[in-house]
Amino acid sequence: MSSDSEVRYLSSHEWGRIDEEGILTVGISDHAQDLLGDIVFVELPEVGDMLEAEGESAIVESVKAASDVYSPLTGEVIEINEKLLEEPEIINNSPLEDGWFFKIKIDDDLQFTDLLTEEEYNDTCED
Amino acid sequence: MVDFHGWDMPINYGSQIEEHHAVRQGCGIFDVSHMTILDFEGSESELFIRKLIANDVRKLQENYSGLYSAMLNDKGFVIDDLIAYRMDKGFRLVVNCATRGEDLKWISARAKEYEVNMLERDDLSMVAIQGPQSPNVLKNFPAPIDFLKEKKRQQGIFQDDVFAAKTGYTGELGFEVILPDEKAIDLWNIAISEGAKPIGLAARDTLRLEAGMNLYGFEMDETISPFECNMGWTVCWQDEQRDFFGKESLIKQKESNDLKELVGIITDEKVILRQGQKIHLEKENHARGVVTSGTYSPSLKMPIALARLPKSDSTSCFAEIRGKRVKAIIGSPKFIKEGKVIFKEKV
Repeated sequence: MSSDSEVRYLSSHEWGRIDEEGILTVGISDHAQDLLGDIVFVELPEVGDMLEAEGESAIVESVKAASDVYSPLTGEVIEINEKLLEEPEIINNSPLEDGWFFKIKIDDDLQFTDLLTEEEYNDTCED
Repeated sequence: MVDFHGWDMPINYGSQIEEHHAVRQGCGIFDVSHMTILDFEGSESELFIRKLIANDVRKLQENYSGLYSAMLNDKGFVIDDLIAYRMDKGFRLVVNCATRGEDLKWISARAKEYEVNMLERDDLSMVAIQGPQSPNVLKNFPAPIDFLKEKKRQQGIFQDDVFAAKTGYTGELGFEVILPDEKAIDLWNIAISEGAKPIGLAARDTLRLEAGMNLYGFEMDETISPFECNMGWTVCWQDEQRDFFGKESLIKQKESNDLKELVGIITDEKVILRQGQKIHLEKENHARGVVTSGTYSPSLKMPIALARLPKSDSTSCFAEIRGKRVKAIIGSPKFIKEGKVIFKEKV
């Protein structure tokens, strides 16, 4: 997975990274994993599920709290990170790389630029 | 850091699960100076404490030994849980921080009729050292706290302004130490240099929950009977002549049939049991029980909880989690002691 392509965010702490084929990889931010603390369970969508922009897509459960994960954009799930089901601590250790949740084929890649830039997202975290 | 009833306290120093394992396998150190320490002196201090709490301090033969007790209101419900120690000139009570205001009000109003003085020791710090390696990290501390390892639980020492007892809130070998602030810093630094790991509130909660220890406001409060929060064993009936607050109501409670009980529950589903989730007994549709505290057990690597349920023959139940019913096994309200699994499934 290329890590130098641009990452965009939702204010609800999800990130998405798009590739040339319009595939969006989705995960939760470093700030989110830090807030949640040790993550112990993850519930992922199924391949083939249609997700809506800002709709519920997954659940993370840490010792501290359960939290819904929203999909940044609308699209069909084409791959999930099954490793997380056995080793959810990967999310704490590598939220932006190995800790990705799922990949979706998005309908309209123009929407990607409507998401928050890293700078805009970081500003929302400081509020 | 989080504001805990006016105290700045750390939730976790790093990973709360690593902190948890540090206590089960090695040694952890906790700053628990938020706990309220009350000293009682005066010619009627024993008379007063015997009336004030449901356990009986007459059982304490040796100075600096302690016992766990409930302090009850007139309805026989729990105002607080505490440890009472016998001291040179009277008694020391360690009560909760969250209940400090109510406790002080209740105690001062009742102390008026006795020859007793109550002094809140907010000049002292309190530190807990917990885990199998606890004695080893204290070897270089001037007061001989490590020698307490040979003693029975709840025994203590008092030397050079350092009060220590073999007790704790984790289910492991360990000590709670009450001492002047500057000595607390020395103790902290010595223990850390010998390998103790600092532990925050989050791991403190998973440790006490695995050990099956109550947390005020979760397992019990001023509407809960000691019989419904696994504290019946702390009520002392030996001396029939002794009166204590709540005694009459407790006798009535014992005769009633609708007392619930505190049990332990576990599930192998990938969810976390949490406080407030409703519990349905098998074959019953309406919820009649509730999770009082729930978490992910780092030792068992599965969800565990304490729950208050109606007494029944059921060996399993269903927790309502996000609209789903998750099957859970009912068992003892204790999961781990000294690093070993002690949870027993109900049969």
